[in-house]
Amino acid sequence: MTKRVLLIEDEPNIIEAVSFILTRDGWDVKTHSNGHDAIDAVHNRTPDLIILDVMLPGRSGFEILQDIRADQTLADMPVLMLTARGQEKDREMAQRYGASRYMTKPFSNAELLANVRELIAP
Amino acid sequence: MATLNVLIIVSLLYVVLLFTVAFAADRAALHGRGAWLRSPWVYTLSLSIYCTAWTFYGAVGYAARSGLEYLTIYLGPTLVMIGWWWMLRKMVRIGRSQRITSIADLISSRYGKSNLLAVFVTLLAVIGTTPYIALQLQSVTLSFAAFAEADPDAGVLNSPYTALWVALGLALFTILFGTRNLDANERHHGVVMAIALEAVVKLFALLAVGVFVVWGLAGGIDETFARIDASEIARWDVPGSRWVGLTLLSAAAFLCLPRMFQVLVVENEDESHLRTASWAFPAYLMLMSLFVVPIAAIGLDLMPKGSNPDLFVLTLPLQEGREGLAILSFLGGFSSATSMVIVAAIALSTMLSNHVVMPIWLRMTGNMAVMSGDVRQVALLARRLSIAGVVLLGYVYLQLSSGGAALAAIGLVSFAGVAQLLPAMLGGIFWRGATRSGAMTGLLVGFAIWLYALFLPSFGASVIISQDVMDHGPAGIGWLRPRALFGAEGMDPLVHAVMWSMVLNTFSFILVSVLTFPKPLERLQGAQFVNVFQHSATTGSWTGGLAQSEDLLLMSQRILGPTEAQAFFTNAAAHQGLSGYLPEPSPDFLQQLERELSGSVGGATAHAMISQIVGGATVSVQDLMAVADETAQIMEYSSQLETKSQELARTARQLRVANKKLTQISDQKDTFLSQISHELRTPMTSIRAFSEILRDSDGISEADTSRYSSIIHDEAVRLTRLLDDLLDLSVLENGQVVLNTEKGSLSALLERSISAAGGEKGTLDIRNIQPEKDIVVTTDLDRLAQVFINLITNARKYCDAKEPVLTITSSRNGGDVVIDFIDNGSGIPADMHAVVFEKFSRISHSRVGGAGLGLAICSEIMTRLGGHVGVVPAQEGTAFRVTLPDSATTSGAKTIA
Repeated sequence: MTKRVLLIEDEPNIIEAVSFILTRDGWDVKTHSNGHDAIDAVHNRTPDLIILDVMLPGRSGFEILQDIRADQTLADMPVLMLTARGQEKDREMAQRYGASRYMTKPFSNAELLANVRELIAP
Repeated sequence: MATLNVLIIVSLLYVVLLFTVAFAADRAALHGRGAWLRSPWVYTLSLSIYCTAWTFYGAVGYAARSGLEYLTIYLGPTLVMIGWWWMLRKMVRIGRSQRITSIADLISSRYGKSNLLAVFVTLLAVIGTTPYIALQLQSVTLSFAAFAEADPDAGVLNSPYTALWVALGLALFTILFGTRNLDANERHHGVVMAIALEAVVKLFALLAVGVFVVWGLAGGIDETFARIDASEIARWDVPGSRWVGLTLLSAAAFLCLPRMFQVLVVENEDESHLRTASWAFPAYLMLMSLFVVPIAAIGLDLMPKGSNPDLFVLTLPLQEGREGLAILSFLGGFSSATSMVIVAAIALSTMLSNHVVMPIWLRMTGNMAVMSGDVRQVALLARRLSIAGVVLLGYVYLQLSSGGAALAAIGLVSFAGVAQLLPAMLGGIFWRGATRSGAMTGLLVGFAIWLYALFLPSFGASVIISQDVMDHGPAGIGWLRPRALFGAEGMDPLVHAVMWSMVLNTFSFILVSVLTFPKPLERLQGAQFVNVFQHSATTGSWTGGLAQSEDLLLMSQRILGPTEAQAFFTNAAAHQGLSGYLPEPSPDFLQQLERELSGSVGGATAHAMISQIVGGATVSVQDLMAVADETAQIMEYSSQLETKSQELARTARQLRVANKKLTQISDQKDTFLSQISHELRTPMTSIRAFSEILRDSDGISEADTSRYSSIIHDEAVRLTRLLDDLLDLSVLENGQVVLNTEKGSLSALLERSISAAGGEKGTLDIRNIQPEKDIVVTTDLDRLAQVFINLITNARKYCDAKEPVLTITSSRNGGDVVIDFIDNGSGIPADMHAVVFEKFSRISHSRVGGAGLGLAICSEIMTRLGGHVGVVPAQEGTAFRVTLPDSATTSGAKTIA
């Protein structure tokens, strides 16, 4: 069965690029582009993996991550965090809040695929 | 023979002349020309509204009936003017320092800004002045009728509505020239100039008639004296009590008449004018009275028995067939009447609107009115309606009383009425112990006696008070007879009423003042009034917080108008060493603001408005002690320490603000790296991802290939733009920019910027309001356009209204060119005003559209151009103001290393 990925990101061009790369690799990609109701989207889509951007309109990715980890049903959900802010502080925060992986933009497509594959063996 | 027609034409031409003079003087004052408008001579001539039609026509009648007694009417004011140093100077000084708008305002301000007292004084003034206005209208009607009588074919033109037409014309003139400015302290140059002209005309007319009578009719000075000796005038014996009484009464009225207060104090331009007026005005009065006795004597001699002596000035030339002189004399009387009505109407309308209409309106509309209503329009409308009301009230009175009493009698009744204000006023400016309750009681007592013993009986026996009451007192109580109160029989009725009303008024005023305790605010005001020459500064009474400054500005804009209010606030802020529009609401500032407002709406109302916002004046124990014992220098010293400590507290607050701003900037610097990293990495991500896709994948369709390429291209452009902005900003900040200064039309530049700012999202409605005459600016036009484009783009991005509208207004403010960009969105919170021009500051992250460098660049550019861009607080939405100095040419030299 095809594994589902939920991409929470607000830059349309990045959404398009990531969707293209993952779809071609055989993933079912759903996207969501704001922070307000990201948690609802997670519940509705029941993905196998979440790719979460840090700077989102409405709520930050860190807040959403905290909510995900606080939720019993989502506690083990693999979360791959993306950030464009490249500071060490951000990496530490992501780890503290329980991100499974952490990537700094820009990344290579191969790197992205490798990370996703490692998080969930298809 | 068509004398009446000629008269009407000449009168109309004269009226046109008056309108022209008033209009020209207003224009001259507006354009800052006409220093002669402010000469002491104009001031002196304007004082001559004391000489009304009553003096012009009535003095002769008075002399014909009572001999030299008419001189008392001139003696009183002469004494006051000669003793100006003692009293008038103090009144004028108080009037200026407290921005007094009327006599009601003076009394109310002195007694703790009590509006009740102001209302009462206003009512008294209206009741006292109405008969007087009626008298003026009557004199015009009578003099007109005198002409009509002499003209056989006057039939149609001799309309019974003369008085009504005159009343309507006067109301129109007064509304046109008297309510141009709201601020009563801004002088009515047009009106003052017109009445100065009228003063010259009436003096000239009376002198001309006098010369004609003495040399034309009597045949020389010796002859005239002989005729006077032969007439009854020489045999009149005036009782001493009446002389003294009338002289004091006219002196009191000179100070208390609302119209005299208006010209003496409110319209006074410069205290030193009093020095000239102190001898020039008595000289004017002397000239006015010079020929009164000869005219009366010759008139009694030549005119048929039973003709009205009040009109001798007019009927003598008419009878002798000198129509030209008669017309001149008519114009003199007309001038006397009209100038009085105009000034009285202005003075009363100020009182009515400030003390009756505005307080009622404010109470009815509640607190919100101050913030949202258009106070200026309401105040102006109230003033205009009051003028029409006051003049028409005079007309109605004339119709009701049907002109029964002789002219001089009504004048004296009015004098006695307003003289009741004297104890409260003099007590207020010379005696610190006077209290509000005392003033109120004195006024009530004096007013009641005047009403009962003089005003009501003046309508004639049995009109209001029955003959029975006059003879035997109400219910047969003998000592309450209106003409013989407390058994004082056999006195002259006028002297009797004046004596009792003034004595009991003064007595109850002093008694109640001694018995009652003044409120704190009364004490403060009392000290400021009585010691107006010593007190340079005043004791502070307001305390406010910073948040209120914006509310105060909002309110002041409604009353003073946006430009004046903003200028006032900016100056005050600059004075405190702050930039921007909002000064600290220090006690000094609040006091200045209250004065400024009271010039427009009166002291009591201004005080009430400010306390609505600031929450009531507090009078500290120290304030009271300083007032109670100002001899103690130590108090002064301690109050200086107090001031110092307040200043320190304020400095501390300013430092805290500065510190907060520094912290904010430091936080911003911290986020600067994150920001710039984010702005660079985001486009980079797309570029990298898509270029790898294009490189590594086969079998991508033609369409996708082209789309992915164009994404890469767009993102590269976005990166370039960001780098351009950063470099631009860095160049500007380092001052290495080279300005390319040229001349250009501002409106064309704005049009260019609007179209360059793009309309891809054509939702923003841009309204570009330009002055009729285009403004030419000399500056770096491309850089200025860059600022405009940034501000327009900003509005497009951030204005959150449903139907976003951006209004661009250009104007000249002094030498500066000011361009406002105001949208209808929710605006920028006040605490963000200081940081929006910092780099990368965005009010929220939710609405991303740029890197947050636009406003920082605008601010840098404007600094380079020698101008400024800032946020204007208290507007409808977000308001940016670009200010470009007049000498924008010189800014090219500003290259800071």
